[in-house]
Amino acid sequence: MLHILDVASEMEKNKSQKLLDGKVVACLFFEPSTRTRLSFETAANRLGARVIGFSDVGNTSISKGESLKDTIKMVSNYVDIIVMRHPLEGAARYASEICDLPVVNAGDGANQHPSQTLLDMYSIRQSQGRLEGLTINMVGDLKYGRTVHSLLQAMSHFDPSFVFTAPEELQLPSEYRKFLRDREIPFKETTSLNEHLNDCDILYMTRVQQERFSDPMEYEKVKDVYRLDESMLTGVRSNMKILHPLPRINEIAQDVDDTPYAYYYKQAENGMYVRMAIIACLLGYR
Amino acid sequence: MTTNARQLIVNAIENGTVLDHIPSENLFKVVEILRLAESGSQITIGSNLESKSFGRKGIIKVADRYFEDDELNRIALVAPQATINIIKDYTVIEKHKIRIPEEVVGIGKCANPMCVTNHQKIPTRFKTIVEEGGIKLLCHYCEKTTKKL
Repeated sequence: MLHILDVASEMEKNKSQKLLDGKVVACLFFEPSTRTRLSFETAANRLGARVIGFSDVGNTSISKGESLKDTIKMVSNYVDIIVMRHPLEGAARYASEICDLPVVNAGDGANQHPSQTLLDMYSIRQSQGRLEGLTINMVGDLKYGRTVHSLLQAMSHFDPSFVFTAPEELQLPSEYRKFLRDREIPFKETTSLNEHLNDCDILYMTRVQQERFSDPMEYEKVKDVYRLDESMLTGVRSNMKILHPLPRINEIAQDVDDTPYAYYYKQAENGMYVRMAIIACLLGYR
Repeated sequence: MTTNARQLIVNAIENGTVLDHIPSENLFKVVEILRLAESGSQITIGSNLESKSFGRKGIIKVADRYFEDDELNRIALVAPQATINIIKDYTVIEKHKIRIPEEVVGIGKCANPMCVTNHQKIPTRFKTIVEEGGIKLLCHYCEKTTKKL
């Protein structure tokens, strides 16, 4: 993990390196994505690779009923590495078992989004100068938010303390509380965004994701539950940074964008460096 | 019930394997897991038999067939208390308990409706987690736990 962050730092210093000249990267996006897809494609291009793939299954044989196995088997004959996002959980792991190429999980439903976790960690280390001993306040959809679950597990190696700010309906699942208790990692829980705003180093905001709700009424109840604006930031720590995996809807007002605490645009930029590092490392170039 | 009476319900076998102390409600799951419906062996199945230890139990006698440990351990998920008796010349020559395997493949269904195994033709694969109150299955693919097969 730390090796990838170090390589990403190298990539940030030298944004165009033709390490992968002659290589082909497949970006298979079985469900919509903006940042993840574009940053993976840009990462591959900046490394000198060519990119093939799709961002809409409507134009592929998948719409004719082709199995995931056949799609992966076919594409793996053409390329050197596969980056894939899929709505089904475990799809990327399955793909990695049926082909001989490296497969990068660019998100598998509500399960994992490991490249997002790495770029979150990169942004935390970059903005704080360290990963160890930080207080991280996670806000919003802690029930379905895969970025929250993955970041929590990754940061557990670095002596963190957590605050979980969520409405009753979107509280952190019990298995993650158990995970933290088993490792004696301290955490507090609250339903109020203001309660712990002033005593954290990282404020990790999340969107309430409509696509994860089977009941539209449940979504309507919680969709606008937290809204951070500039006036709420008067007492925060001077080193505090606000992260958000984006896209945001209403949870961060635009007047926060110009404060020294906003770090989410830089975080999105960092995604490209981290994804350059992931592809380069998996193809043995770093 | 006397020994003779029990023998009338579930006949003794000369050679083969007897799976005893199967929870009655899971008896046919054991049949399914061991694929006994496809077997050419003579098979006797008894359900809801009286048991001193369990109240009611199921029993399966498979003539002229001996199973590998790996095969038998697969039933640990539905019959963790089962006893395996190896029979030769009407005599129990070996008796042992089921061991819970670390991993099970191709048995059961992941409880997560969004798991890839529920949408593509992929054999399920679980790690077993033994906890107080039973066995849980951790899906190799979606990483969610399933309590019952």
